[in-house]
Amino acid sequence: MTAAGADWADLYQHAPCGLISTGPGGRIATVNDTFLDWTGHRREDLAGARFTTVVTTGDRIYFQTHVVPLLRMQGSVREIAITLVCPDGRRLSALLNASMAEGAPDGVARIAVFPAGDRRAYERELLAARRRAEDSDARASQLARTLQASLLPPALPEIAGLELAAVYRPAGRGDEVGGDFYDAFESAPGDWTVILGDVCGKGAAAAAITSLVRHTTRAIAARARDPRTILTALNRVVLGEQSRTQALCFSTLACVRIVTAPPSRPGAAPRISVGLAGHPFPYLVRDGSAPAPVGRRGTLLGVAAAPWLRAVPVALDPGDALVLYTDGVTEARNGHDFWGEKRLEDLLTTLRGQDAATIAQGITDAVLGFQHGNASDDIAIVVLRRP
Amino acid sequence: MLGRVSTVRRNNVNLSGPADGRPLVFAHGFGCDQNMWRDVVPAFEADHRIVLFDHVGAGKSDLSAYDPVRYGSLGGYTDDVVELTRELGLTGAVFVGHSVSAMIGALAVAQAPELFDGLVMVGPSPRYIDGDGYTGGFSQADIDELLLSLDSNYLGWSAAMAPAIMGNPGRPELGEELTNSFCRTDPAIASQFARVTFLSDNRDDLAKVGVPTLILQCSEDLIAPDVVGEYVHHAIPGSEFVRLDATGHCPNLSAPAETAAAIGAFLAGHGW
Repeated sequence: MTAAGADWADLYQHAPCGLISTGPGGRIATVNDTFLDWTGHRREDLAGARFTTVVTTGDRIYFQTHVVPLLRMQGSVREIAITLVCPDGRRLSALLNASMAEGAPDGVARIAVFPAGDRRAYERELLAARRRAEDSDARASQLARTLQASLLPPALPEIAGLELAAVYRPAGRGDEVGGDFYDAFESAPGDWTVILGDVCGKGAAAAAITSLVRHTTRAIAARARDPRTILTALNRVVLGEQSRTQALCFSTLACVRIVTAPPSRPGAAPRISVGLAGHPFPYLVRDGSAPAPVGRRGTLLGVAAAPWLRAVPVALDPGDALVLYTDGVTEARNGHDFWGEKRLEDLLTTLRGQDAATIAQGITDAVLGFQHGNASDDIAIVVLRRP
Repeated sequence: MLGRVSTVRRNNVNLSGPADGRPLVFAHGFGCDQNMWRDVVPAFEADHRIVLFDHVGAGKSDLSAYDPVRYGSLGGYTDDVVELTRELGLTGAVFVGHSVSAMIGALAVAQAPELFDGLVMVGPSPRYIDGDGYTGGFSQADIDELLLSLDSNYLGWSAAMAPAIMGNPGRPELGEELTNSFCRTDPAIASQFARVTFLSDNRDDLAKVGVPTLILQCSEDLIAPDVVGEYVHHAIPGSEFVRLDATGHCPNLSAPAETAAAIGAFLAGHGW
């Protein structure tokens, strides 16, 4: 053997990677010393054996379904993770590169394998960490959905002589508890309270405040039903919660009181009053006139010890609708453009005469469409209509 | 929603051959995509309407259409085949399915016999796992190992790759970074497809195949050994059985001429 030939032979036999050539059918034709030293296989045992007999059964399936087709289609494969099975039962993690000459018969390939135990172990740790993170995300998201559902009434009550419809749509994928909420309940026979609000922030803190506001409203309404009284009492509770938790929190709220017509006078007008605490003006949608904001601007809950809060009566004639919404509607964004009050008013004009559910859904669809289906903020809408 | 998405886009359908030719619907198996058929198809393009597609989750299918519930069994893939065949207005089609798609074909012809006149099963297996006196070739532990293999081999997958693999038409084709893309898919999808493929038991469905059927059995096929091919042959009444010289599990790649000749003879035998 020439010196160069000896160098070649030395490089082949003692290359810092296992080298294997396979013939037709993927049967091992030659194998270098490095591979034998590393695995403990004997050359005579491997000669003529299929290459896939030195890997796990799982890898064997992977070879047939992935590696062989890839070799055939692109002539080479790189960085395939395999597990070699040694005669003494040891398993070795390795990476494999292989190539085949164009037009070569099936199974004829050149294969190099590199030990990769540490790298593979690290990769497995990364993979496990990612799984845990994904599981944790999934649990958090499930928790958010469950919590969110608990913050909204499971079904809306039926109020005599009125249609009531509501939509809640969380921001994004709904993975986080939003700050919007609504509720509707009867606090005395024929005397109803409907609230729609937006607590600042998101997540567990917002959920706690939402729950507090919602349940406190119910408690207060058991004895006092005027929106101004309810809002004033709620403001005290939110301020108290702030001093207790030392966390800044506030909430907008629209509070509507509805006293339905007495059973003796069915069809008579309900008496409605609206109080607003830092909340966008609801719209009165009436046939023959432009949608008009109603109510008086009041102080946000949780910012002032002596808030300015008023309730104003709203007359709801047959066919009129009162539309309450959170800022997720008007502040829906598309690039630098906000959806805005103007678009809402135009839409409400076209929705005049529709029932409450159609109006609520129509607004939702328009706002989501404006944002290409991906709401940047929560959307909550409550529509009250006198048919 | 799924029903409203065009199956042509969802399944990356590619058509060739004369529009009035008898339709041949080629379906790839677990692992890769419709490229598996690229050396077989030319033999039929002159006389047949060729339909190639990717199962949802594979190749350039619409990954956003992947619904773990729908594709939690072969039924979802079968529904796709039937929807696709209907949407393309094909009748008298011959379904050519490789590996797991051979079984998807068997389910599809049983579900919508009005659409299909014939079935070609390349390397079929109705059940991969041994048990109850049946030999499928694998144990549950083997399949668990396969899932580990898949996990180990998707470390190269990153979210950044997904748009390119989904076949965004605005992107240049297969660059260097897309090496292995024919057989690459989202890890979660690959893992579920592996489970659906290797843990299904469709032995009882074979008798429901009511169209002329050809079974192509490779030599030394580790995935679908001889005994399994023969089982399928006996379970489908009147089926034809052809053993190929081709070795391994992918005769469509390793021996396209022999594979095409066997399919061609079957078609000619039925005047198709």
